[in-house]
Amino acid sequence: MSFLGFTVLSRTETSPLALLAVPLVTVVLSIITMVVMFSALGADPGVVLYSFFIEPLSSSYNLGEVLIKASPLILIAQGLAIGFRARVWNIGAEGQLIIGAICASLLPIFWSDSESAWMLPGMIVVGALAGMAWAGIAAYLKASFNASEIIVTLMLTEIAKQVLYYLLTGPLRDPSGYNFPQSVMFPDAGLYPTFGGDGVRANLSVIITLVVTIGCWIFVTRSFAAFRLMVGGVASDAARYAGFSQRRAIWMSLLIGGAAAGLAGVGEIAGPIGKLQPILSPGYGYAAIIVAFLGGLHPVGIFFAGLFMALVYVGGDIALVSAGIPASAPVVFQGLLLVFYLASYFFVRHEVRRVPQDTRLRGAA
Amino acid sequence: MLMASGSTPVPGVPSASLLRLENISKNYGSLVANDKVNIDIRPGEIHAVLGENGAGKSTLMKMIFGVTQPNAGTIYWKGQPTEITSPARARALGIGMVFQHFSLFETITVAENISFTVPGDIRELSQRIRAASEAFGLAVEPDALVYKLSVGERQRVELVRCLLQEPSLLILDEPTSVLTPQAVEKLFVTLRMLSDRGIAILYISHKLEEIRALCHSATILRHGQVTGQVDPREETSHSLAKMMVGRDIPRSAHAEARPDGKVALRVSGLSTRERDPHAVNLQAVNLEVRHGEILGIAGVSGNGQQALSRYLSGEETLPVARRGEIEILGDAVGHLGPAERRRQGLSFIPEERLGRGAAPGLSLTDNMLLTAHRLGMVSRGFIRKRVRDDHAERCIREMDVRCGGSGANASSLSGGNLQKFIVGREMMLRPKVMVVAQPTWGIDIGAAAMVRQKLIALRDEGVSILLISEELEELFEISDRMAVMFEGRMSQPVRTRATTPERIGQMMVGLFEASDEMAAEAAQ
Repeated sequence: MSFLGFTVLSRTETSPLALLAVPLVTVVLSIITMVVMFSALGADPGVVLYSFFIEPLSSSYNLGEVLIKASPLILIAQGLAIGFRARVWNIGAEGQLIIGAICASLLPIFWSDSESAWMLPGMIVVGALAGMAWAGIAAYLKASFNASEIIVTLMLTEIAKQVLYYLLTGPLRDPSGYNFPQSVMFPDAGLYPTFGGDGVRANLSVIITLVVTIGCWIFVTRSFAAFRLMVGGVASDAARYAGFSQRRAIWMSLLIGGAAAGLAGVGEIAGPIGKLQPILSPGYGYAAIIVAFLGGLHPVGIFFAGLFMALVYVGGDIALVSAGIPASAPVVFQGLLLVFYLASYFFVRHEVRRVPQDTRLRGAA
Repeated sequence: MLMASGSTPVPGVPSASLLRLENISKNYGSLVANDKVNIDIRPGEIHAVLGENGAGKSTLMKMIFGVTQPNAGTIYWKGQPTEITSPARARALGIGMVFQHFSLFETITVAENISFTVPGDIRELSQRIRAASEAFGLAVEPDALVYKLSVGERQRVELVRCLLQEPSLLILDEPTSVLTPQAVEKLFVTLRMLSDRGIAILYISHKLEEIRALCHSATILRHGQVTGQVDPREETSHSLAKMMVGRDIPRSAHAEARPDGKVALRVSGLSTRERDPHAVNLQAVNLEVRHGEILGIAGVSGNGQQALSRYLSGEETLPVARRGEIEILGDAVGHLGPAERRRQGLSFIPEERLGRGAAPGLSLTDNMLLTAHRLGMVSRGFIRKRVRDDHAERCIREMDVRCGGSGANASSLSGGNLQKFIVGREMMLRPKVMVVAQPTWGIDIGAAAMVRQKLIALRDEGVSILLISEELEELFEISDRMAVMFEGRMSQPVRTRATTPERIGQMMVGLFEASDEMAAEAAQ
């Protein structure tokens, strides 16, 4: 593999420092590129930077927005990262989020005047189980027929969306909602309590995310189950030799990821949205994949990467107004993050060298 | 690029040196691979380069073949100072090399493979291949597909490919590691013939007997330095080994086994169908290992040993209905995975140390956890780090593993040290049955001697050991009985003390009657 006199070789060793540098380099390069791009569109770079990274932190309302966006991102990413460490690629967290939200919403929709204190816990359990079940389909197909979990989870997301649309235009539609495709508003018993002052929308899901993060941190650093998953990811032959079951790794990875995504779905409908509607997430399930990798698949790293990504979501909305940049800005930025992440990771693992002039076909043998 | 006109040896001037290395040094960072090495090779000379793994043999050959360049010193080719900048340049000068790992495409024919490096159309090339194979006694069929060829045949293809380029120096890297004793003899005939025609041969090996039988001169390397330049025909294996290692090597004591007759590991009628169509299927393999004995499985690798070890370890399992084909201590275990079989008292040391026996990128402590976790290292699903670390440190101490502590990355250890760690870990499991595959493959003599002694010590404690190895010397040194695998079949076992390497060699090419005769002799 050589090109214009250069060739790419695998590095034999990767320094821990280089691995730490990957997210930093990724973020810096993405910000620079974004500023250059939006400046070329006529925006003032200072205003873009300010509205992306300072303004979201400047008021308690904005801070609350950052938190409720960071919460699902971190939650999903923690679940996905456990699977990714085992090289089980669940790409369909978005669909698991949707199914989790749908199933959890059945409780407040059918008991729409309930005041039961069991409503919220019920929704949380149902949402997590439903997310698990949806991911479980992919786990079953992978474990039994070796069907690629990447494709299955991705396609299941599309199916989940259609299920949501069907339910909202039919069985679950609010009868007095002027035919809008949405459910009844949830009763207060079906909503996460908010905190942080008047008008701030930060809610219980932030606490849940914190608890899950700590739980994941303990699980990943201390438990034997996480060790087995990790060995399966870094050295599958060694895992096989040790007798760590690959099927079990597939099931566990997908079920944990599905549960986390389902829980995030509950956080959306029981949080800022307060009902079931066609758009439940601005792509949290996909953005969480970037968050997981940006955080180095480590619970603490994911926590900060999730906050950063949420900042970009909220900042993007603000910059839309104040700097006049396109509405797609946050998605573009996510794309930049992913591309730069992959590129910097590639160069941590590989190096580029000049090919000696007269080396021929079998030269390197 | 391919052929320089002056590449044929000049007869009549045998005294002039063909290749001379003067004070060649090579270092990688702080690691000195070669330190002021001097070698002089004349046309027609068979010159051995002898040394342990890591002594700098490969680096030296890479510099001669142009894969890498020296940091200091001069290479003289036919008296002229020469820079060998690439393998293409080396070939143009008339240097050919046969690597230990072959570079042949399996799905095309021999002639097509050779046509990549030797110009000319296939038909004409095929005739040249036939001519060369007759001239040098290297039976090679140009139209054969490579994947159907045995390892020995593939090596002959590589040799013919080199010879068609009319080299004046041929480098052979551990050429006999894949051959049966008989095939080794044939190879030597060819090499002597080449030598008579004036082709010089650089012969890299760590097998002392072969070097004494074949080579005219030998350079011995240790830690990158030349520790001796001798005529191997006038040395003993012992004196050569001492120069190579720098100290005396104890031979493993080989007391008579005292098996009590009870069978610890039994395989009966195990046949398999591998998914890979080119892999060897096991055909009704039977074997029994008794308490307190070492049963050696000889055979050229690629005759089903890998499948056998995977089925024994549990990495491959049998359907429940056939579980009785493998028994450990009388229990049918064919359907159980590796973890369950370990619980039954089996432990297994695989031939791939890094990647299978140990996970690269993980610390030795984590690699201790890999199989030894049931020694109290896990409680209620959580890892007890102190217990784990204690075991790792004890293993490092008891097995004399040279490493940067228990936190060292498994990939940072040399093959020998990693193998000592793995053997120590599996011994800690207090197994009743141990399956060991190629335990000393590619590791230094010191570590190999230690591993063999540990195996004998285990045997004396009553552990049943199945030793799969392609090193005949090793099998004769420590096994009590031996069987041979050939094309997925297993011979009748014979008592090691009642057989000879020649007989085992015949069995290694499928002449199992040799063992039956012996079994009959033994019965009389």
